[in-house]
Amino acid sequence: MPDIYKIKRGLDIPVSGNARLSVSKMAGRPVAVCPDNFKGLVPRLLVKEGDRVLAGSPVVSDKNHSEILLTAPVSGTVSRIERGDRRKLTAIVIDPDGLYGKAIFPKRDPSSLTDPQVREALLESGLWPFLVQRPYGIIADPGVTPKAIFVSMFSTAPLAADTEFTLAPDLTYIQAAVTALGTIAPVHLSVKSEDSAFAGIQGAFVHVFKGKHPAGNVGVQISHISPICKGDIVWTVSPEGLASIGRLLLEGCYDVRRKVAVCGPAAEDPAYVEALPGASLAQVAGFGGGVPDGLRIVSGDLLSGTSHPAATGRLGFFHNQVTVLKEGTSKELLGWMRPLRLNQFSADRTYFSWCLGKGRRYDMDTNLHGGPRAFVMPDSYYSKVLPMDIYPVYLVKACLAGDIDKMEKFGIYEVLPEDMALCEFIDPSKNYIQDIIAKGIDLMLKEMT
Amino acid sequence: MDPKFEKGGKFWWLHSTIDAFESFLNVPGTVTEKGAHVRDAVDLKRIMIVALLAAVPAALFGMWNVGYQHALATGAAPSFWPDFWFGFLKVLPLYVVSYAVGLFIEFASAQIRGEEVNEGYLVTGFFIPLIMPVDVPLWMLAIAVAFSVFFVKEVFGGTGMNIWNPALVARAFIFFSYPASMTGTGTWIALRKGEALIDGATGATPLSLIGDGLSSLEGTGIQYGTGFWDLFLGTVPGSVGETSVIAILLGAFILIWTGIASWKIMLSSVAGALFVGLLANAAGLSDIPAYYHLVMGGFAFGTVFMATDPVTSAQTETGKWIYGFLIGTLCILIRLFNPGYAEGMMLAILLGNTFAPLIDHVVTERHLSRKLKRARNR
Repeated sequence: MPDIYKIKRGLDIPVSGNARLSVSKMAGRPVAVCPDNFKGLVPRLLVKEGDRVLAGSPVVSDKNHSEILLTAPVSGTVSRIERGDRRKLTAIVIDPDGLYGKAIFPKRDPSSLTDPQVREALLESGLWPFLVQRPYGIIADPGVTPKAIFVSMFSTAPLAADTEFTLAPDLTYIQAAVTALGTIAPVHLSVKSEDSAFAGIQGAFVHVFKGKHPAGNVGVQISHISPICKGDIVWTVSPEGLASIGRLLLEGCYDVRRKVAVCGPAAEDPAYVEALPGASLAQVAGFGGGVPDGLRIVSGDLLSGTSHPAATGRLGFFHNQVTVLKEGTSKELLGWMRPLRLNQFSADRTYFSWCLGKGRRYDMDTNLHGGPRAFVMPDSYYSKVLPMDIYPVYLVKACLAGDIDKMEKFGIYEVLPEDMALCEFIDPSKNYIQDIIAKGIDLMLKEMT
Repeated sequence: MDPKFEKGGKFWWLHSTIDAFESFLNVPGTVTEKGAHVRDAVDLKRIMIVALLAAVPAALFGMWNVGYQHALATGAAPSFWPDFWFGFLKVLPLYVVSYAVGLFIEFASAQIRGEEVNEGYLVTGFFIPLIMPVDVPLWMLAIAVAFSVFFVKEVFGGTGMNIWNPALVARAFIFFSYPASMTGTGTWIALRKGEALIDGATGATPLSLIGDGLSSLEGTGIQYGTGFWDLFLGTVPGSVGETSVIAILLGAFILIWTGIASWKIMLSSVAGALFVGLLANAAGLSDIPAYYHLVMGGFAFGTVFMATDPVTSAQTETGKWIYGFLIGTLCILIRLFNPGYAEGMMLAILLGNTFAPLIDHVVTERHLSRKLKRARNR
């Protein structure tokens, strides 16, 4: 029997636009490799415009760990190198020739591999960056053996892709990846119910997490299974990462295709689309002919996804979801004074969303619903949506003050911005809490190295 | 908006003020920049307005009671609407002064800091007249409000940054600077020019009488009727909003239901007061039944509206229990053992505010060291 954790704190945001369970064909050409997706990576360019690449050919390496490679997700021609401010490398654009995942690596038997062989296979193929280190959420150091590897097989984020639907066909690959990663460190797999398709995976500790968002966040799960203390290093992998690793081992190909949930109140047809990371968000979201004004296309979920100006946004390496939102630029007359305000969702009892029926869905937009203020509400106001053993406001204030000792004490090792996203959502003072945490983590990284 | 008010325009220096009025009328069309792309509809304005609404029953009752006490004290026949109107006209100037002075300083500081105007003073400004004697001179009120908003709030950085509850500091300021206007018998009942108390009426509050024991309350003045139930109902002299426990309980219900104020603080404060009250009874130090303390003076109002101020109270859950209990015990201790300060609640809460960060510090330290120990044992 797997361990069952019932998470009491949290919040499921009732936003409209859930993706229906149907998958349409590959969307998005060309695709790009975006070094910005990988925290902690300092990119060194290995290709030039006009080079031909195969799916799995290296295009970027890490300056600090030259064995860490980013590889092309598709075979084709490097058509453009994009650079941002101060010539920072932002994207290597590849024009695909239509061949995905051709086998260019040896096939391997996961059960006979050793730790160094698994590391080598992941490094040479460019799948290593799927391994994310905690604390800090940076690319894993190949020279380190972690305490454990954690995988959350499901997401509870608003409108999240249903991995039971998208990854069920990949069960054998996921099993292979778990077996292989098990040679490096114990693998902990979290599923959403006992009868999940992934509950029967062998060679891993299977845990069941039940509850509202963020019960599906791997950070929350780690804090319940085995909290990260100072000096601990653990790795996390996304479920899509496991599928790709398994495919690499069993089929010998680099294949990071995934089923992406296109969702959100402003999505034209919320459904699943097959796509590669680095594909144009506009195309993935079905706006081939140009994105209408006043829309925001987010790679990832609406709480912690990333957005760019609509025309240039690309699907993030770790994302399996694209959320389309309306920009909330219109003013609302007497908004906060209206007694009912039935069309707006609030988790706060000063509004009446709580009594309007559980099934109700809201067409939310990106309006901030207020102005920035200092923290007024107490810690407990925020911790009711953070099922971790930390004091959220104390941690945020420690980050604001840049006090390393306090940040350490109040749990900076345990969180990534995404874990605090709901605190940001409900914050009546409208602080950018995830940004504050991200800056705190950057400060830790700077001071600790 | 008129371009004169935009950046570089002639009246740009007024932008905080313009923004304040603009965002009061309209929720602005600002969109999220990073992080969570959608946000909860709640903002501080909403929370503050609900906190204010919770105090409205106490304010309305207080206005009526001002008129009612006036009628009793002058021998006129009490009559609902005239009494309310009399009280309304007496309390209205307090509100005008409280808001005019407080908001002026708030707006000015926001301008200077270049920030948006905070809505915190909407509530503070509503509470201040409720904890004042109705006859407090307006110039005194103005100075007290100015002192508290400037030195207790803005100097620390504005709403959310203050250590002490600004409304209570305004009261404490008058209490210590002009004690004659805050204690004794001359200030609790509003009289028109030339009017005098009739025989059998006293201007003293029940609290100041009870120093001499419960017997001193009964039959002292026509204001006090039959004791406990009059105190509970609130038909006694006292600060404007503090007398009616029923109206305050209504506010407590709103605050607890909406989650704005912590029931833990309220409950532990009541427990602390009863604890000391019963102890004093058992030791023979006081013959006032412990539960009388809950309905007398500012205890109920302080427990519900002042001690639970989310900014100045303890932040942690365990801390709230300790903080509330501390306030309850301190209040009754001051009432029983310091006859000079008939009202202990104001000082108890200000002391509680002072200790709240320390309480939280101890609670978080203990919690974190236990957590570390658990992690090491694993």
